[in-house]
Amino acid sequence: MADAKESAGGLRARPMMPRPLSPHLSIFRPYINMTMSILHRVTGAANYFGSVLLAAWLISAAASDSWFGTVSWAAATPVGLIVLFGFTWSVMHHLLGGIRHFIWDTVHGFELGTVRLFSWLTLLGSLTLTGLIWAAAYPVWENLIWGKFL
Amino acid sequence: MTGYRTPLKNVRGLGSAKRGTEHFWLQRVTAAANIVLIAFLVYTALTLAGAPRSEVKAFFSQPIAAVFGVLLAISVSVHMRIGMQVIIEDYVHGASKVPMLLLNTFFSIFVAAATVLAVTKLFLGV
Repeated sequence: MADAKESAGGLRARPMMPRPLSPHLSIFRPYINMTMSILHRVTGAANYFGSVLLAAWLISAAASDSWFGTVSWAAATPVGLIVLFGFTWSVMHHLLGGIRHFIWDTVHGFELGTVRLFSWLTLLGSLTLTGLIWAAAYPVWENLIWGKFL
Repeated sequence: MTGYRTPLKNVRGLGSAKRGTEHFWLQRVTAAANIVLIAFLVYTALTLAGAPRSEVKAFFSQPIAAVFGVLLAISVSVHMRIGMQVIIEDYVHGASKVPMLLLNTFFSIFVAAATVLAVTKLFLGV
């Protein structure tokens, strides 16, 4: 298929003028809804690779004691705990962002104030849910953290 | 010949042909499923965090847990494949685009297959 430039050139036999560019990221002042939109994509991509963590845990449990021991050890290292904490937040943030998109799919909540409110609620909600999950799991990681660093 | 065709003539018949919402719809269907399935995952993670392997096996020997585990793997992998496809299509142009799309499909299916097999093995207790 001929590209747009060629076919347009065929009609009006003169070179194309440079077209105006639509405004993009560098043009806009950052708004909370813009930040949350970017974070939705970033967390989605992070969850994509995070799925390997879940798969590794289940595969190791299915495989053998030594594999399960290796994965359990890795998860309990400081780096492992930070990665798991980040993964928890990433999943929660993407989940709440998805619910926000479901609301928008019903063509509700497009008023500027509501959009900003949803965006802030997504961020606060994801942080709250992450905090609650890790608070519930506190007995599991308390010894890992305090035993090593304090 | 081409010179006499209008741009409209060139693109007519190449459009969406009244299809093309499948991606959008499948992304929403799996998103809705994922809300429930991630709730299951959080419950599972909190139940099994720090638990020995025997408890993990016992947990997934329950049919309902195994079913949710399999559904989680399938729904998440379909959802993440579509999502990553959109990201690739947005940012990758030129020769590497199609290989990246293929890689995305293979990766997603691999994660799903490996997870389903693991959950099945845990369920059967073999």
